[in-house]
Amino acid sequence: MSTVIQFENVHFKYPEDTRESLNGLNLEIREGSFTAVLGRNGSGKSTLAKHMNGILVPTEGRVLVAGIDTADEDRLLDLRRQVGLVFQNPDNQIVANVVEDDVAFAPENLGLPPAEIRRRVDGALQLVGMYELRLHAPHLLSGGQKQRVAIAGVLAMGPRVLVLDEPTAMLDPQGRREVLTTVTRLCREQGMTVVLVTHHMDECVGADRLLVLDRGQIALDGTPAEIFSQVERMRALGLDVPETTQLLYELRQEGLDVPLDALDVDSCAGAIAAALKR
Amino acid sequence: MLKDITLGQFFPGDTLVHRLDPRTKLLLVTVFIVALFTAAGWMGYGLCVLAFAGCTALSKIRLRAFFKGLKPMIFIIVLTALLNLFYTRGTPILPGWIITWEGIGRAVKMVLRILLLVMGTFLLTYTTSPMALTDGLELLLNPLKKLRLPIHEMTLMMSMALRFIPTLIEETDRIMSAQRARGADFETGGLVRRAKALLPILVPLIVSSFNRAYDLATAMESRCYHGGEGRSRMKQLKLAGIDLAALAVGAAFLALAFILKKYGV
Amino acid sequence: MAEIKVEQLRHVYSPQTPFERTAIEAVSLILPQGQFVGVLGHTGSGKSTFIQHLNALLLPSGGRVLCDGEDINRDKVSRRDIKWKVGLVFQYPEYQLFEETVYKDIAFGPGNMGLSKEEIDERVREAAGFVGVEALLDRSPLELSGGQKRRVAIAGVIAMRPEVLVLDEPTAGLDPEGCGQILDNIRAYKARTGATVLVVSHDMDASAALAERLLVFNEGRLVMDGPPEEIFSQPERLTGMGLDVPRPTAIAMALRRQGLRLPGAVYTHAQLKAGLLAAAREAERGAGPC
Repeated sequence: MSTVIQFENVHFKYPEDTRESLNGLNLEIREGSFTAVLGRNGSGKSTLAKHMNGILVPTEGRVLVAGIDTADEDRLLDLRRQVGLVFQNPDNQIVANVVEDDVAFAPENLGLPPAEIRRRVDGALQLVGMYELRLHAPHLLSGGQKQRVAIAGVLAMGPRVLVLDEPTAMLDPQGRREVLTTVTRLCREQGMTVVLVTHHMDECVGADRLLVLDRGQIALDGTPAEIFSQVERMRALGLDVPETTQLLYELRQEGLDVPLDALDVDSCAGAIAAALKR
Repeated sequence: MLKDITLGQFFPGDTLVHRLDPRTKLLLVTVFIVALFTAAGWMGYGLCVLAFAGCTALSKIRLRAFFKGLKPMIFIIVLTALLNLFYTRGTPILPGWIITWEGIGRAVKMVLRILLLVMGTFLLTYTTSPMALTDGLELLLNPLKKLRLPIHEMTLMMSMALRFIPTLIEETDRIMSAQRARGADFETGGLVRRAKALLPILVPLIVSSFNRAYDLATAMESRCYHGGEGRSRMKQLKLAGIDLAALAVGAAFLALAFILKKYGV
Repeated sequence: MAEIKVEQLRHVYSPQTPFERTAIEAVSLILPQGQFVGVLGHTGSGKSTFIQHLNALLLPSGGRVLCDGEDINRDKVSRRDIKWKVGLVFQYPEYQLFEETVYKDIAFGPGNMGLSKEEIDERVREAAGFVGVEALLDRSPLELSGGQKRRVAIAGVIAMRPEVLVLDEPTAGLDPEGCGQILDNIRAYKARTGATVLVVSHDMDASAALAERLLVFNEGRLVMDGPPEEIFSQPERLTGMGLDVPRPTAIAMALRRQGLRLPGAVYTHAQLKAGLLAAAREAERGAGPC
């Protein structure tokens, strides 16, 4: 697998801030991988996401996306079409009054021929399961549906990477499930590279790789199982671990021989049952 | 409540009226309005009513939708009717009354004119998606670009404003409820007091609108928006046979309206 | 002391229009002073409509809401006065902040009550203390972080010293640390004042751990009403309504599927851990869990 996004010693400071939001960050994202980014508010995770399509550019260091330097203004469109960015509030990223017109917005901006736009819009809506509702008004949809329209809206650009900045923060559990299932399927079935920024640790469980951000730097980097088993370290970073890990961790302290890396509910239950039967 | 406003609402459908090119519809509505203001006699008004009824029947939009949209205008309509009813000189309907036959006639005509004007525009917005409408408007106004007028930006702003009306109404409702829960009172007191009472609604609304605008700009940029240049359209506007036919009917209608006017009927 | 009694409450939105929709129907319950109540239900289940009836923001289409035996919708005065007794914090309350300073914003509610300057000052400082924003009183709300704004907005309601405090999704969108702070603030308010607290939340874990009574709404009706051990002893019924169960309950359900015996209802981390340790001791004694 090749590298699709590369951060080289990236520093970034907002003009109004005194502290750097990104503080010498190095990172490589592999094509086709599912990367989750976890961090508390103000850890720099949103800033990181906005660097991936050149909405923000580093004050020092550089970001390369498919070989394009994000600071290269001549290739801005080329860059943006490769990286689809989805934001927290679904209401603030839907521009049109009809679902399919909204999804058409990006390919229209790219000046594609009408038939090609139609093909992409229908394809993107089918991928997120919103094709049936293509003629609906966005404001009448549920939060999860709106967010799926937003995802379709960037998929229609034909991006290589899908970056989602806390896409579930404003959704109810139902909507959260819809979005997470959609994103996971896009990665596993379509081979889309996914970067999911979140503060729900449960949403990271299915990722290939988990990055924990703290004060503009990568504090932890590994598989979710590796990282969540560092219960104390996570606590020190102001984050929780999933209930499963927490339970296994405490049972271990009580002398029970259970592994720490059984993250989902069923494997956790299986591990505990096995330890008890032994 | 605020939520009941239907301004700019689109009812998706697949009727002849829905399928017409937005430019055709814009032109036809213009024709309709001209005819409406040309109408002098009952035949002229009858022609307009007939035209509106015909189009509405074709569009399969229920009359109830129009009435709902008319609700905020009831005051103006009633006022117009009363003024015409009481201030038109002529033959009293009963000796000694101030209401005249001419007054009744004028009141009915004026009310008809307002109703048809508003409902005709509603028919346009009900059957045309705001996106298509602004696209059509942009194309119709395209020649003005030569005068360096920012037509694309203007029409985009219009369609986004329409897109955010329901969102902002919802938000206003929520902020009002939240402030009422803190004991805010929007209903009593004099004018100054009431105006002051609006601050707890307006300030949060403006702050959040700025945030929205900022978010939206970022999202649009992320989706490769870079102005109107080099932009294409998924839904190509092409004048089809039915558009030409509709425009021909529209022209005939206008001609008929002028003829009726000439004969004063 | 405030006891809220809800009798056969019904609410219809946009009555006699094509958009007519019955949001809640036949809801009856009594909220005695001092309970900590969790309100559960998926979006559109009627729970938000329900809480807006508790301080007369909405007018019932049928039924009554009584506070200490008096109909809160009796007249204009009673509809206004109930707002001081029942404080309602909406979802994302930070969007309601409008004053130039945190102090003035918290003072908005008490100011509407017509209190004296000294009394308002005392209440603002007390409310700010509850949520830990004393140091921010002279700042502009716009300068604060998301979590701080949220706490200032909650202080704005607490400053009216409500005997019943109702919060709609108070922790939505906050990180674990922010969530924890808000829940601590709510607990502190309840402990100090003995107020009744209702929290609407999708966060099952928090509801299970905090509440002594849970109300479950589904399709406009109050379908379950009881202590957490009763509600979570039927986890399948909750999942059937599209609701989550607390994560300890989900793990317990999976363990039971693995053939493990666990005692009664499991809905908190501590219960699950205790149950498992008991099972482990039993296994050691050779009794075997299966």
